[in-house]
Amino acid sequence: MSKEYRTIKDIVGPLMLVDEVAGVSYGELVEVRLEDGEVRRGRVLEIRESVALIQVFEGTRGISPRGAGVRFLGRGLEIGVSTDMLGRVFNGFGTPIDDGPAIIPEKRLSIYGNPLNPFARDYPNEFIQTGISTIDGLNTLVRGQKLPIFSAAGLPHARLAAQIARQATVRRSGEKFAVVFGAMGITFEEANYFISDFRRTGALERAVLFMNLAEDPPIERIAVPRMALTAAEYLAFEKDMHILVILTDMTNYCEALREISAAAKEVPGRRGYPGYLYTDLSTIYERAGRVQGRGGSITQIPVLTMPEDDKTHPIPDLTGYITEGQIILSRPLQAQGIYPPVDVLPSLSRLKDKGIGAEKTREDHADVMNQLYAAYARGKSAKELAVVLGESALTPVDLKFVRYADRFEDEFIRQGEDENRTVEETLDIGWRLMGVLPRGELKRVKDALVEKYWKPEEAEAVQPAG
Amino acid sequence: MNAINQIAAGTVVKVSGPLVVARGLHGAQMYGMCRVGRLNLFGEIIEVRGDHYSIQVYEETEGVGPGEPVEATGEPLSVELGPGLMRSIYDGVQRPLDKIREKHGAFISRGVEVPALDRSKRWRFEPALKPGAEVVPGDVLGTVQETEIIVHRVMVPPGVKGRLLEIGSGELTVEQVCARVQGAGGPVEVRLAQRWPVRRPRPVARKLPQNEMLVTGQRVIDMFFPLAKGGTACVPGPFGSGKTVVQHQLAKWSDTEIIVYVGCGERGNEMTDVLMEFPHLKDPRTGHPLMERTVMVANTSNMPVAAREASVFTGITIAEYYRDMGYSVALMADSTSRWAEAMREISGRLEEMPGEEGFPAYLASRIASFYERGGRVVCLGSEGREASLSLIGAVSPPGGDMSEPVVQSTLRVVKVFWGLDDRLAFARHFPAINWLTSYSLYQNVADEALGKQVDPRWGEVRRSAMRLLQREAELEELVRLVGVDALAPADRLLLEAAKMIREDFLHQNAFDDQDTFTEASMQFRLLAVILRYYEGARQVLSEGGSLEELLTLPVRERIARGKLIEEKDAARFDAMEKELDEQLAGVNREEPEQGPDVRGSGLGARG
Ligand SMILES: Nc1ncnc2c1ncn2[C@@H]1O[C@H](COP(=O)(O)OP(=O)(O)OP(=O)(O)O)[C@@H](O)[C@H]1O
Ligand SMILES: [Mg+2]
Repeated sequence: MSKEYRTIKDIVGPLMLVDEVAGVSYGELVEVRLEDGEVRRGRVLEIRESVALIQVFEGTRGISPRGAGVRFLGRGLEIGVSTDMLGRVFNGFGTPIDDGPAIIPEKRLSIYGNPLNPFARDYPNEFIQTGISTIDGLNTLVRGQKLPIFSAAGLPHARLAAQIARQATVRRSGEKFAVVFGAMGITFEEANYFISDFRRTGALERAVLFMNLAEDPPIERIAVPRMALTAAEYLAFEKDMHILVILTDMTNYCEALREISAAAKEVPGRRGYPGYLYTDLSTIYERAGRVQGRGGSITQIPVLTMPEDDKTHPIPDLTGYITEGQIILSRPLQAQGIYPPVDVLPSLSRLKDKGIGAEKTREDHADVMNQLYAAYARGKSAKELAVVLGESALTPVDLKFVRYADRFEDEFIRQGEDENRTVEETLDIGWRLMGVLPRGELKRVKDALVEKYWKPEEAEAVQPAG
Repeated sequence: MNAINQIAAGTVVKVSGPLVVARGLHGAQMYGMCRVGRLNLFGEIIEVRGDHYSIQVYEETEGVGPGEPVEATGEPLSVELGPGLMRSIYDGVQRPLDKIREKHGAFISRGVEVPALDRSKRWRFEPALKPGAEVVPGDVLGTVQETEIIVHRVMVPPGVKGRLLEIGSGELTVEQVCARVQGAGGPVEVRLAQRWPVRRPRPVARKLPQNEMLVTGQRVIDMFFPLAKGGTACVPGPFGSGKTVVQHQLAKWSDTEIIVYVGCGERGNEMTDVLMEFPHLKDPRTGHPLMERTVMVANTSNMPVAAREASVFTGITIAEYYRDMGYSVALMADSTSRWAEAMREISGRLEEMPGEEGFPAYLASRIASFYERGGRVVCLGSEGREASLSLIGAVSPPGGDMSEPVVQSTLRVVKVFWGLDDRLAFARHFPAINWLTSYSLYQNVADEALGKQVDPRWGEVRRSAMRLLQREAELEELVRLVGVDALAPADRLLLEAAKMIREDFLHQNAFDDQDTFTEASMQFRLLAVILRYYEGARQVLSEGGSLEELLTLPVRERIARGKLIEEKDAARFDAMEKELDEQLAGVNREEPEQGPDVRGSGLGARG
């Protein structure tokens, strides 16, 4: 048993200074024993001679400098991993909180991991069908990608994330995804929604859940994404499984980081977030990918809520600088009653081109994608013009684009929460909508494809309710 | 990181992230290299206060604590320079990532020691001099065929001068002596590989003014905002605006002999992309795979932050070394903002007084001294070889805010600004280089150089096209208020011509096999034919020609596909111009309704 120190000097926010320690190392895991016997965990953030600065995950409330004892455990923060984790629910520390038995770990791994050698990566290029038209058709997700959802308060990101988790599949492979889910500071309802949705659809058996809820200690959130990703790496790169990691809500994670940084009196960066927020987030997001010679992969869908709906806020901004695109949700679409309210124009999957085409989805995919996008952009700007100058200012062709844009929102973007469209169905809806437009306006599609797929007579056909 | 002699030993007293403070390193020097802790982590002394030595550690420091040993070496952070650099991929402190993977697996563990250059590989050394020759620094002792296209010139290192005593030949390893020189202080051995401290620029005989263009095949760059060989450029822009694609395009297609690509704090997948693509892409000039002339330095965002700080210096020192051989070299750094952030993090841990946005007060001078290492030069050596090192840095401003310190400090020193605009990216206009705000101080050089090489009207065509684009921006303001119908026909024609410049010339798809690269001569022909359309149509309009008809001339379809014409098919432009002239001549003319008014505010009207 290691020595217990009773030399707590200062307590500031989630941080503690412990004096007269020996043999302590940076990053070491700490146990703090309160007078009533409660044990909390912490991590050494800085060690200077015999003084250790400790971040306490469960917070410092109730800790008295005289009464509490501190023990250094001689190892960093670890998680015990095993395939038995599938189907189980854990707290932010990797302790089971369902009623199941304790996990007998196959091994224990540091949650900080080692950086993946860029030379060992394999480029992501396998199409993942999510069954959601705005993603599959226009912002295609590929295995090993990190594609966040930029949402905002009150938008249905949880439903969208759950739908992706439920429907995601790599076609023709027969392989199934396992889902690793990391919740940070979300509400009980939201957490419950995910768990019961996973249970309802049988996805729970193939899922590992780490839950830190709004009422749980905020600093514990720091560990959640790394717990989740360490489990994911184990399953993907040692057990050859294809893992979809959903992390929600990254904004809560960043706020916890800010709290620690402020307590440590670090020089704040933009809006009080620490200057190393980029680096910190990248050590999470970069843990997505494929590795040469390993069967599995990690695909990440982090979810974040943009404070004040502001895309330039440091959290979405720095996320966008690291991830390979973003799916942005729109309040106006939500107000129109459209689910999923994906704002198609600013959304982008940067790896989409690698995952589509004849062998992967369908030969017309790239052209359809470009045409649908360009036509929607034109229709939207024509609509804006009509607001200023009146509809009479629009040319007959522009009016067609306006009509197209409306139908695009209603038929392409909108779909049911349980509606799982194949990519062919998605592309066919695209062609049906293009039927509204004059032939000469389909400039982004090759003639041969127009011949083959374009059927303007079907544009007006009543389509089945989704 | 081999052959290091310990000169001082001390102990760790403090660990704070990548910063370790040690005591007892008597005799160690500032910027000297260290080995830290039982894990033998690699670091560099960056501050000395009394008996306290602050060390930035290039590897994760978790598990290191007070009391652990620290060894200092006499050598400053240095790179190994010699045959075998080409085609390599290194981390920020020149550890070969391919070898590390071979030895240690997919994830980078700590304390690994692998030499930068292969120790066992033998290179055929062809001596260029005979014993007895008097040599000075920079003189080529001999050569090694490093890759199919790169001849590696083994040079007399800076500081070594005198009579050549002995020179080797045949199959040598990088550690073997290839020559012996009788220097002032006794004989000096020169090996195939040399070491050089990364923070010290490699010396040159003198700097030269830029007079040659770095043709990149990117139309908006070469035509409007060109870069000279030895010039400096920055590419700032918000996320997703196309910085990396611009850098990749330049690495692929620009007219340079050597590329050093530094991935500094960015994505692992982007490095993989280069690694997978470059061996298969052919250099349009040599016909050989691009990888044969490329060195990569990859310190991705999840790799240790102190090594990220070093990566830019590691890259530029390698680039300077090839410049010294007489090559034209270009270095891309993606992204210098991540480099600046690494400096900020270390500075914060040192508890230095922060400057703007927490960046250290020396941010601007560090950035300036980096770009200062570029240029066109006369190399050391009696030959007087001329060479160039061009520097292109991406900048990633928070929230796209161009007033932030890294952008501002960079703009003070670079000569070319390619400002990426998220509205253009959003409209899928790529490259999203904003033509109204970007600039190049090499336009005069380009007008002269390309005026000679391509067409004397190079500068004139560029200026006319730019005036059209500027006028377009003014007119668009107006259109937003009154609608396009309220414009005079000449202005509507101008808008249409400007749109042609944007869509048929500026827009360039990096992922289309043909569109990805356009020769300078074809860039000129394409822009010239668009302007010919405009000038011709304006004339016809003033003669009472129908605007509707002018806007729908069938030849416009052909012009729109002009970007795909290669130099060997240049005659297609002649045919296109002929067709254009015929169609313009065939437009129905009526008496102008309003006389001279129809000229609107076209270019001619403005003189
Ligand atoms: N010239 C181009 N042609 C076609 N597409 C382009 C071009 N430039 C950029 N793009 C598109 O824009 C996307 C983003 O480009 P890029 O990765 O270069 O952005 P970035 O500015 O480097 O972003 P970040 O700061 O996040 O790294 C690309 O994935 C691609 O889809
Ligand atoms: Mg980039």
